[in-house]
Amino acid sequence: MQAQNNDIVLELRGISKTFGSIRANHDVNFDLRRGEILSLLGENGSGKTTLMNMVSGIYYPDAGQILVNGEEVSIASPHDAFKYKIGMIHQHFKLVDIFTAAENIVLGVESEEKFNMNEVNKRVLEISEKYGFHIDPTKKIYDMSVSEKQTVEIIKVLYRGADILILDEPTAVLTPQEVQKLFAVLRNMRNDGKSIIIITHKLHEVLALSDRVSVLRKGESIGTVNTKETSESKLTEMMVGKKVTLNIDRSDVTNAEERLAIQNLTAFNQEGVKVLDDINFTAFGGEILGIAGIAGSGQRELLEAIAGLQPISDGQIIFHRPKKNLPVTFFHKSLFEIKEMAKEGKFHDKEGKPVSFVGKTTSTIVKEVNDGNVIFNDDEIMNLRDKTPLQIRELGVRLSFVPEDRLGMGLVGNMNLTDNMMLRSYRKGKSVFVNRKNPENLATKVVHDLEVVTPSIKTPVRRLSGGNVQKVLVGREIASAPKVLMAAYPVRGLDINSSYLIYNLLNEQKKNGTAVIFVGEDLDVLLALCDRIVVMNSGCVSEIVDARSVTKEEVGFLMTKNTKEAE
Amino acid sequence: MENQNKKREPLLHITKRAVMPVWQQALIRAGAILSAMILCGVLAFILIPKLSANPSRIGEFYSCFFKGNFKTVEITWAFFKDVAVLLCISLAITPAFRMKFWNIGAEGQVLVGVLAAEGIAYLYGSRIQSNFVLLLLMLVAAIVSGALWGVIPAVFKAKWGTNETLFTLMMNYVATYLVIYCLSKWITSGSMVMPKLQVGVLPSFVNQYFSTILLVLTLTVVLYFYLNYSKHGYEISVVGESENTAKYIGIDVKKVIIRTMILSGALCGFAGFLIGAGVNNSVSDTSVGGRGFTAIMVSWLAKFSPLFMLLTSALIVFLDRGASEIASVFDVTGALTDIFVGLTLFFVIGCEFFINYRLHIRNIFKKEEKAA
Amino acid sequence: MNAWLNFFIDALAFGAVFIYGSTGEIITEKAGHLNLGIPGIMCMGGAGGCLFLQLFAKTLPSVLLVPFAIVASFLMAALMGLIYSFMTVTLRANQNVTGLAMTTFGSGLMMTIMSRLQATVYLNKPKKMFRFPFAARTDALQRIGVMFFLAIAVAVVASYLLYKTKLGLHLRAIGENPATADAVGINVTRYKYVATCIGSGIAGLGGFYYIIDYMGSQEAYKSIEAFGWLAIALVIFALWRPHMTILGSFVFGVLFCCSSSISVIASKISWFNVTMSTTPILKMLPYVVTIVVLVISSIRNKRENQPPAALGVSYFREDR
Repeated sequence: MQAQNNDIVLELRGISKTFGSIRANHDVNFDLRRGEILSLLGENGSGKTTLMNMVSGIYYPDAGQILVNGEEVSIASPHDAFKYKIGMIHQHFKLVDIFTAAENIVLGVESEEKFNMNEVNKRVLEISEKYGFHIDPTKKIYDMSVSEKQTVEIIKVLYRGADILILDEPTAVLTPQEVQKLFAVLRNMRNDGKSIIIITHKLHEVLALSDRVSVLRKGESIGTVNTKETSESKLTEMMVGKKVTLNIDRSDVTNAEERLAIQNLTAFNQEGVKVLDDINFTAFGGEILGIAGIAGSGQRELLEAIAGLQPISDGQIIFHRPKKNLPVTFFHKSLFEIKEMAKEGKFHDKEGKPVSFVGKTTSTIVKEVNDGNVIFNDDEIMNLRDKTPLQIRELGVRLSFVPEDRLGMGLVGNMNLTDNMMLRSYRKGKSVFVNRKNPENLATKVVHDLEVVTPSIKTPVRRLSGGNVQKVLVGREIASAPKVLMAAYPVRGLDINSSYLIYNLLNEQKKNGTAVIFVGEDLDVLLALCDRIVVMNSGCVSEIVDARSVTKEEVGFLMTKNTKEAE
Repeated sequence: MENQNKKREPLLHITKRAVMPVWQQALIRAGAILSAMILCGVLAFILIPKLSANPSRIGEFYSCFFKGNFKTVEITWAFFKDVAVLLCISLAITPAFRMKFWNIGAEGQVLVGVLAAEGIAYLYGSRIQSNFVLLLLMLVAAIVSGALWGVIPAVFKAKWGTNETLFTLMMNYVATYLVIYCLSKWITSGSMVMPKLQVGVLPSFVNQYFSTILLVLTLTVVLYFYLNYSKHGYEISVVGESENTAKYIGIDVKKVIIRTMILSGALCGFAGFLIGAGVNNSVSDTSVGGRGFTAIMVSWLAKFSPLFMLLTSALIVFLDRGASEIASVFDVTGALTDIFVGLTLFFVIGCEFFINYRLHIRNIFKKEEKAA
Repeated sequence: MNAWLNFFIDALAFGAVFIYGSTGEIITEKAGHLNLGIPGIMCMGGAGGCLFLQLFAKTLPSVLLVPFAIVASFLMAALMGLIYSFMTVTLRANQNVTGLAMTTFGSGLMMTIMSRLQATVYLNKPKKMFRFPFAARTDALQRIGVMFFLAIAVAVVASYLLYKTKLGLHLRAIGENPATADAVGINVTRYKYVATCIGSGIAGLGGFYYIIDYMGSQEAYKSIEAFGWLAIALVIFALWRPHMTILGSFVFGVLFCCSSSISVIASKISWFNVTMSTTPILKMLPYVVTIVVLVISSIRNKRENQPPAALGVSYFREDR
């Protein structure tokens, strides 16, 4: 349905916003008409949310003007935004858990009438019936599904009489059926004369729902087109731009060895939503395996599941420890284990003959092992499923993980560099006391090798800049010479030089035979750095592609195509 | 437009400070203590009749702080003894606080320690010949009961997330009435007062308090090393700073919570042993006398560092004893000490704000000029 | 009067001390502030009222004396609340430590003030006015005075305000999730200040009631601090609902009064064998019961019965 009226209700002129050295928006122009649904399209980090936060009063623009119904306004707080009948539904819901839907909705609303919860409940029902929501106003938020919570957020905005609604990635957390319901509601609202902006990067949704599309790339507006006159491929091109050539050395993969096999991995989050759905792939030593996908497609859960932090409901995580033709040691295996394995015929001696301990005394066996005469026939295979991080380490699996949340998970902000280096290694040795000598040397080495800018190794990492924090974290994780290295968004928020330093470090690990798993958001980087790319889409693996031959558009399409709908 | 812009920039704007040089921090804290002392003087004029009648005695008023603490050698030793006891309790709760486990139950944990130690001495003291064996038994009993008192809330916290602040607070009163109950059972005369015991007394060494002071100083050093250099201490810090990080590196958070509270409670029990065997040689429901609460402030003011606690506990005892001296010289109620300690604490707690935050005051006049 | 009835009325009258204290603490906790200064604040409420009586008992007519003294007690306690809010809201000081310092300071100041008042002036005559309308009785009913009924009214009104009005909704939202409240335009700072001051004022009345009405004795002030801690315990027992404090305080009252009139009760019940050691066990019970309630509510994990989610956490908008 075409908008019936072409009044412009919201106009942005030359909006710019910078955070520190990062330019989030630059000279953005944009307009919204009465009774239309407009998609704001762009990749992660293209500045969509920042732009809309300025309209809803979370941030204040550095430059530019905002016009509501043709008049210039200043929106300094969400309260101001409501005054101009603008309401935004954020990705992270702001709700009081122990309140009912209606209580959350009425919170902070100023009115002259006497407060009566029954009246509020009635009005909430009226609104939901008008637009076709289904909600029980007296239900508590903690009993609600994500989609119900979202409904509460939308009604919260409508209750305040908003005529302009901004939804930030509303479908990211919904099932396909819920998405269809939401779209129906949004169409009802449009027909009622509301203007709706939906922030998204899913092309099929844009095409299905919106009247016009405005595209942002790297913080700048690329253009606005009518949905009818465009196509998926045209929009993709506007969104990703021309291929950027990056100067990343990519060596060829040699002697790739199977290292980590993920089989049928399925997991649910705390709310009971399926976040990983039958994931299968294999990571090889000596290659960089990229993981591409829209934010929240299950990347974080996948890495945490491998690291032993996310409980899994189904599937296996098989680790191949490279032991073929290497002698067994008492460091990793007890005497009993070695005897058992010998019975199963898992060893050969230096001459290549099978090892048997039958009839040998313990001291002879010990001697043979110490002499290096007991040699593995094959790689060791172990299942990491349901192992805690500590158990994984105790098995001798050298698995390193650079998590997305650097200061909240990977490092302790208030501790200094040395103490942060110790996080992984402090248990070593039998002493009651920690050994700070080695971590200190490691900290000094990391600071020197990775050019970390810090007053000293005694400085709390909280006080370092983002790039330096990341160098400390990556430096620590590669220090243990990992067999598998997982890195989630390791260059997010980093400047060009630091980013290249990280790429080089990952490449070095690859050359050392490590299986590197790299979760990234910038497709140019993924294509230039990785050997293969696992493309994820709503908790599933869309496809595994060869990074050398695939195009950016193809990956973009795989990330966003709606697999579930097709079923 | 001008008007709208103004609204955007509030008159006062507060931001977090990166870090303040140590000398500035020290200066701010010293200033706070000084201001508090001056205000104490002002309050004293209102509250002490003999001072308001004769303002010239203000010099005498302040000199009481010195006299109450260091007038004679005995008084000086008593000062150190008081510091030692308070310090010991503060040290005991510090491991838990470093873990952000808000244990405000030290009062009760120490009290059951005193009760266990003195109970053993009272009931079995006459039957055990060796003073050493008796003291050892008392020590073990005190430590075990303190640990028990501490670990109960910790288990519930670890298992079900039961609010530890409220739980430990309640445990204090259970301990208080447990003491009264025991006294009513033990003291057959019905007076409910345990006489000063002659057995189970820490041996006098140099003087009667010296061994207590020495033990606490040793504990300070041991705890300093435990918290800063041991693997346990390191785990405590990581759990306190970020549970997420602790899980990420494979620390069993529940285990650390329970283990640390056992330690914390055991040390409280040890403090109870010192109060019992080293100082009071008796037990009553007021044996700890609120020091379990004061210790929280001592530990917090010292930023949970054992060495700084030497200073903060000395400061509190200094004020406390000084105010007691004033109360007796100027003939007013002993509650004066609480006023002075409380007031000083307000200033020292409040001054942290100026260390952690920066206050930006908008220049009003500049804006007005522009508008004009 | 029947000894049993006498006993229960006594328990009820005694419980009013906790109704004030706990209702006040609930209001502050609902704003996200665990105020461990309540014992000190109750002390100061008592001191404030008595100080007013000392100064004006001779000059003011009795019709004005009672309400004005109550207001004075409220204001003195609210002033303490103001100090607490300034420290914890504006200066963002640690709530536990500030609260403990408040208790130390408040009880000390109260002791000093009370030691200088004359019971003949502030207590003997005004006591009768406060015990209206039962001042002439000699049984427990004499303790049911003006402030007892005020306590019931305060608890009921506080419950109504907290759970039935928008004001209460906003306040509870702040205690649960200040960032959310801030985002919908609620003035978090103002609410926290007002709630803490009013809550402290109400708690202060508990101290005053105990001295002037329930006990009506010169030594009464010395035990207020201990009851302050019990009031904090009662908050958990009442699951953060002011009207529940009426029930809870009655239970606490029964247990406490049992210990004082134990011999009377013992003579009524044949199987009840009273010794010296029964009293402390009875006095311990309120705390044990509170622990049990706390543990059960955390195990059942019913969301409505938990402490406010943001209890004890300073709110700094720029942290988000």
